[in-house]
Amino acid sequence: MTLLPELQPILADLQDSFSGRFTAVQMPRANEVYFHGPMEVVAGFCAQLYRKWDGRLVSLFADDARAGDGVFHLYYVFALDAAHGFFVLRVPVPPDRPEFPSLTDAIHAVNWQEREIQDLFGLKLLGHPNPRRCALHDDWPEVYPLRKDFDLHTVLPPFQGERHKMRTVEGEGVFQVPVGPVHAGIIEPGHFLFSVAGEPVLYLQLRMFYTHKGTEKLFENLPVAHGVRLAESISGDSAFAHATAFCHAVERAAGVEVPPRARALRTICLELERLYNHLGDVGAICTDVAFTTANMHMMRFKERVLRLNERLTGNRLLRGMARLGGVRFDFDAAQRAALVQLLDELAPECESLFELIRESSGLRDRLETTGILKPEVARDLGVVGLAGRASGIDRDLRRDFPHDFYDQVSFTVPVFTEGDVQRRLVVRREEVGQSFAILRQTLAKMPDGPLHVEIGVLPADRVALGYVEGWRGEIFHWIRTAPGGRLARCKIKDPSLQNWPALTEAILGNIIPDFPVVNKSFNLSYSGTDR
Amino acid sequence: MFEILRKSLETGVVTTRYPATPVEVAPNARGRPEIDWAHWLDARPAARVCPTGAIEYADAAGVRTASLDLSKCVFCGLCADVDQAIRMTNQCELASRSRNGLITTARYALNPDGSHAALASGPVAAGVADPGDRPQRGRLQEQEPTTGGTAALDALGAQIRERTARLLGRSLHIREVDAGSCNGCEIEIVGLNNPIYDAERFGIHFVASPRHADLLLVTGPVTRNMELALRKTYDATPEPRLVVAVGACGCSGGMFGVNYATRGAVDAVVPVDVYIPGCPPNPHALLHGILLALDRLPAKR
Repeated sequence: MTLLPELQPILADLQDSFSGRFTAVQMPRANEVYFHGPMEVVAGFCAQLYRKWDGRLVSLFADDARAGDGVFHLYYVFALDAAHGFFVLRVPVPPDRPEFPSLTDAIHAVNWQEREIQDLFGLKLLGHPNPRRCALHDDWPEVYPLRKDFDLHTVLPPFQGERHKMRTVEGEGVFQVPVGPVHAGIIEPGHFLFSVAGEPVLYLQLRMFYTHKGTEKLFENLPVAHGVRLAESISGDSAFAHATAFCHAVERAAGVEVPPRARALRTICLELERLYNHLGDVGAICTDVAFTTANMHMMRFKERVLRLNERLTGNRLLRGMARLGGVRFDFDAAQRAALVQLLDELAPECESLFELIRESSGLRDRLETTGILKPEVARDLGVVGLAGRASGIDRDLRRDFPHDFYDQVSFTVPVFTEGDVQRRLVVRREEVGQSFAILRQTLAKMPDGPLHVEIGVLPADRVALGYVEGWRGEIFHWIRTAPGGRLARCKIKDPSLQNWPALTEAILGNIIPDFPVVNKSFNLSYSGTDR
Repeated sequence: MFEILRKSLETGVVTTRYPATPVEVAPNARGRPEIDWAHWLDARPAARVCPTGAIEYADAAGVRTASLDLSKCVFCGLCADVDQAIRMTNQCELASRSRNGLITTARYALNPDGSHAALASGPVAAGVADPGDRPQRGRLQEQEPTTGGTAALDALGAQIRERTARLLGRSLHIREVDAGSCNGCEIEIVGLNNPIYDAERFGIHFVASPRHADLLLVTGPVTRNMELALRKTYDATPEPRLVVAVGACGCSGGMFGVNYATRGAVDAVVPVDVYIPGCPPNPHALLHGILLALDRLPAKR
């Protein structure tokens, strides 16, 4: 496999610096390189990619390979956005010394991911500033669900005891406000503990993973085709993006090329998913500062997109459309006309409504300088997606790692540096406009040809990374295949997992009544985080 | 302010008249799968592709018992792709008062190669006297669909208002509980408050606290981590109270079933009055289920 030219100097530099310390370097795909090395190289490898090549650690996970290789493996996945490639460092962890050193002090972005490995695999974290439980609540017995010798259907005793020892914050006039897991609105479950002095928030603690459903373990127990349907249920608002990221991983492992028409149809669906979510979020942000009229119009637009989704794919949330090797349904002339009609009608409607929102001084007053996520904080936390773009992080997989049909269309990526609620709203507004443009270009360039390619029997023991820029941010699915068309491991990385800690920073100094709108401006998925 | 008013006036009324008028779904929307039971040649291919076990069979002594369980169905339509005897309809009003009411079963004599020789009995919807495979329907739906119009809507609205007023003091208050869902169901439940479906026209109102609620609208699967929160929410809801399980995961556990982290269906944790299948059920289906649940509420003394 020929490596992308942009990646070659980076590869040469790493091989130079770590000469002889990698046991293997594999290039299964032009933009995906695997380095096998000992634990001792991790820190240096990270430092070199971060400092010299502007790399970033986008996923960190473990895999129980004791059956085949006698060890656990840790995988450090780096994105090299400017060079359009992924470098993956694989290091062994021997079962008789189940521990690994933490990088959190240097790279805050991996805090939760490291603790998740400790919880789900029983690999002890060394040197982590806060090694408490994260993925499993405190009452969970000593079980390691993602180890291969743990059965999916193990029956655990019902919850009792303590979920999490929250920190107390003390001082004159300081009190703590617990919220959730059952919230006041129609949203997902999570627990927030606000520490406040008067109205301003001093400190926010999050307790997530209430909706942990054993999804990654379940992937290992299903035929790979059923995995597409399961991927649709990782985060319902990103059903198509997750299913497509999963399909990408399987297709890359199988070494098949998806036909152009299927890639174009996938792009249309991804943009429709972006549209309905962005429209809904803009409305919801308006509602949270009492501009409900705008929300009523936005919900009307969102409903139109959902109905179009149904007209195109048979389901309002685009479920059932994804399949391995392509897509399941074509759009006939009438369906394409319906899409064009929606674009023609919705674009001016949105424009006039955005104008209304722009001109509302009361709205701006509430949104500007509210919930600021500073660019340097966003960078430290590795914030991704639209929240990152509102805080100066100019990244978008659609542009930097063009998947599906995105290399055939032109679009811009809106980036702002203020990082407040207003900019997260404006990023959405701009992206809605770009979605219209992408949809029109894709329709105009729609290639002919088949809707899918057969995957065949999936070869065993292949690894592959699938990725999609969903509406919220980057989604990664990494798989290792097992014999018999099954998966030995499926690691899901939803952008929400990366972005939740940013909320605890953005809310500091804001008043509690502004929390709903700050939270909504991120609109993170609990289910995507908890899996 | 003038612009805001102008825009509202320009937009006019967008609210659907459902249930006085039929549901507004696309012809190709995937709703209830319809099996041609008499001509079903083999249950195995459909069962093989079904991701949730909604189509299942068991063979014993030359007889196959095959069933379709709408509480598990995610309406992907993969069964219809591989089996000509199965067709996806766009029917979405599928709510039932019992889990059994969503299950249809038939028995077949078997050929040596494992295909069906002949329909031996059924199809019967378990727990429903009517031998048809249609789920049980509420009284609201048994009325002949009228030609629509304001009069019919007013009549129906008045009927519902009268009932809710009598039983629940003029309105029905709903507390939504996400007990572990993927948030797909939440998207459609939020849609009930949009100007198209506008649940408030029935006096149906979503509230922030279970203390204020008459009905819990619960999505699932119920995770181990949410089980206690769901029980506490149920206990905090004053009687008389109703529980409606939403979506494949809420009705049956769906894709997730029961595993180390989930308890599966909502009725594994709290008693359920109405089941609304779907993945997710659309706002029409949700309204249908909620109205069906209202019909069952015991009268106040």
